[in-house]
Amino acid sequence: MTDRKPGSNRKARVVGLVALSILAVVFLTPVYVMVVASVKPPNQADAIYMWQLPESLETSGIEQAWAKLKPNFVNSLLLVLPATIISSTIGALNGFIFAKMPFRGSNVLFASLLLGMFIPYQVVLIPIVRFLQYVNLYGSISGLILVHVVYGIPITTLIFRNYYEQIPSEILEASQVDGATPFQAFTRLMLPLSLPGFVVAGIFQFTNIWNDFIFGITVIPDPAKQPITVALNNLSGTLSIEWNAVMAGALIAAIPTALVYVVLGKYFVQGLTSGSVK
Amino acid sequence: MGDVAFRGATRQYPGSDFRAVDELDLDIEDGEFLVLVGPSGCGKSTSLRMLAGLEPVNSGTVSIGGRDVTDFAPRDRDIAMVFQNYALYPHMSVADNMAFALKIGKVPKDERTERVGRAAKLLDLVDYVGRTPKALSGGQRQRVAMGRALVRKPEVFLMDEPLSNLDAKLRVQTRTEISALQRRLETTTVYVTHDQVEAMTMGDRVAVLDRGTLQQVGSPQELYKTPDNVFVAGFIGSPGMNLIHDAPVSGTTANCAGFEIALERDILGRIASENSETVTIGLRPEHLTLGSEGVGIPLIVVGIEELGADAYIYGELMERGERSSSLFAIRVQGEARRRVGSTVWASPIPGETHVFSTKTGRRLNDSPRR
Ligand SMILES: Nc1ncnc2c1ncn2[C@@H]1O[C@H](COP(=O)(O)OP(=O)(O)OP(=O)(O)O)[C@@H](O)[C@H]1O
Ligand SMILES: [Mg+2]
Repeated sequence: MTDRKPGSNRKARVVGLVALSILAVVFLTPVYVMVVASVKPPNQADAIYMWQLPESLETSGIEQAWAKLKPNFVNSLLLVLPATIISSTIGALNGFIFAKMPFRGSNVLFASLLLGMFIPYQVVLIPIVRFLQYVNLYGSISGLILVHVVYGIPITTLIFRNYYEQIPSEILEASQVDGATPFQAFTRLMLPLSLPGFVVAGIFQFTNIWNDFIFGITVIPDPAKQPITVALNNLSGTLSIEWNAVMAGALIAAIPTALVYVVLGKYFVQGLTSGSVK
Repeated sequence: MGDVAFRGATRQYPGSDFRAVDELDLDIEDGEFLVLVGPSGCGKSTSLRMLAGLEPVNSGTVSIGGRDVTDFAPRDRDIAMVFQNYALYPHMSVADNMAFALKIGKVPKDERTERVGRAAKLLDLVDYVGRTPKALSGGQRQRVAMGRALVRKPEVFLMDEPLSNLDAKLRVQTRTEISALQRRLETTTVYVTHDQVEAMTMGDRVAVLDRGTLQQVGSPQELYKTPDNVFVAGFIGSPGMNLIHDAPVSGTTANCAGFEIALERDILGRIASENSETVTIGLRPEHLTLGSEGVGIPLIVVGIEELGADAYIYGELMERGERSSSLFAIRVQGEARRRVGSTVWASPIPGETHVFSTKTGRRLNDSPRR
């Protein structure tokens, strides 16, 4: 190697690589089974042939699953996109205030907000249902969006507060001297610098909301309006369906989150504020 | 009108046990260039930030243009500021950094472009207007910070060590340009520096701070010729004034390492009235000449600073046969150089002696002005 970094130890790196590879294989095994099963004919997608590669590529499972899951897939998109955007935006505003505009008692408020993260969902299910019935949102996707937005505020606030904490306060002071109101400082300075914060909060919220099952099944009883996770569960419960279709359904349900990681992960930009202060 | 007044302005940071700025009383006239100078940590930035509204005032008031602005937000004070650590907007180009305040202030685009262009030209930034701060050197960033203030037309400019990161040549050049520009704009300017040469060359008046307390305000000449106390005497001037502490007074003279310096009658009166037996004697390097052997204050030469036409001889004071740690500087002209290690006698020019109280550090030469 020509450009070894000082202090790097070749042996330690090899050991690390081997360990990581083993872990990767362990984690990818179920994914392998899911992928191969979804492109097999129904009779090969069972416990006996589970590990074998498909003899021929068969799309019937995927077609079958897609036909059943498509409406719920759309529901999930209609749920997850607004919920992610709204909860991240609220988190950004909160984070800005907690990090850069502290007021008397803001630390206590922040701590109590974080407590929200530790409340198990089971505890709040019944109050949620009662509340949504009260405001006439029970059984609707909007109601589910509201639940996810509120439930996401603590974590998105935490993410943005920590992110804004490391943006030098001097640039906000400079903007104040330059005549900007706090709101202008937020929209013109903080938001443009917030891409990494939105990526982290966005990935986190997208994944959590997309994968949620319990809120979905509790808030929306009507199968036509349910998100894909609930529909997938219904799918595997149906007797008439084959394993290749179930696996294909799982694959379809998993693709968006994987895509989000691949696409957004690129924007984990570092050093966005470099050059600002000494 | 951009006159500024601090009245008993005090700032103690939460959790700290001392006042970063203690009862600052300072009047700055409209259009004046006032320099705040002092050693690191003396409260210069804090004073400036109180004026900007970025730091609350624990007691006292701050006013600009006759208005009490103590409780005003920074954006309502009509000030422009250059921050000690630049504080540039990292995602904006150099041009946008400079135009930001103008955009917020709804200045029409044409005028914006023109003002930014002029500032860029003045600060030698024309080739960099499209770059972001990340792609600039420290000196260039500092000039952008400067430009961001200069494009505006505020009541008061606040500048916190705006030249500290420039190289020596550029610093001298920019110093002159800022002074000239300020005279042309006639905008009140409060300029912070720890460099007393910068303070002396730029300021209409200079305010010296030490440990949060204002020591003296005056024109550079006043500070140099009649320092109010030992601190100002030692701080202003390069090299600073030579100080001999605890010089015993007997009869009408003070004894400086064996050399008797005559004291005027009213000085003696003030020493007597505060019951002191010693004083601090201050002598500027240019007010010492090399005397013949035995005539003057004995020094052992430890170094020579050659400046071409003249030179500074640095020596250690011989006190009662022992070397003292404080360095003495003598300015010599022509060929009067001495070898390191040799002994020289520094002879004070009569009438140029500064005398300070041992007890209070205050000047005793002339009756105190306050
Ligand atoms: N945010 C703060 N919290 C607590 N103490 C502070 C804070 N900022 C400054 N101080 C203290 O207040 C005193 C004055 O600080 P200030 O920044 O005004 O000094 P300065 O004269 O600008 O120094 P320098 O030349 O190093 O910039 C220092 O002792 C400093 O440690
Ligand atoms: Mg400072």
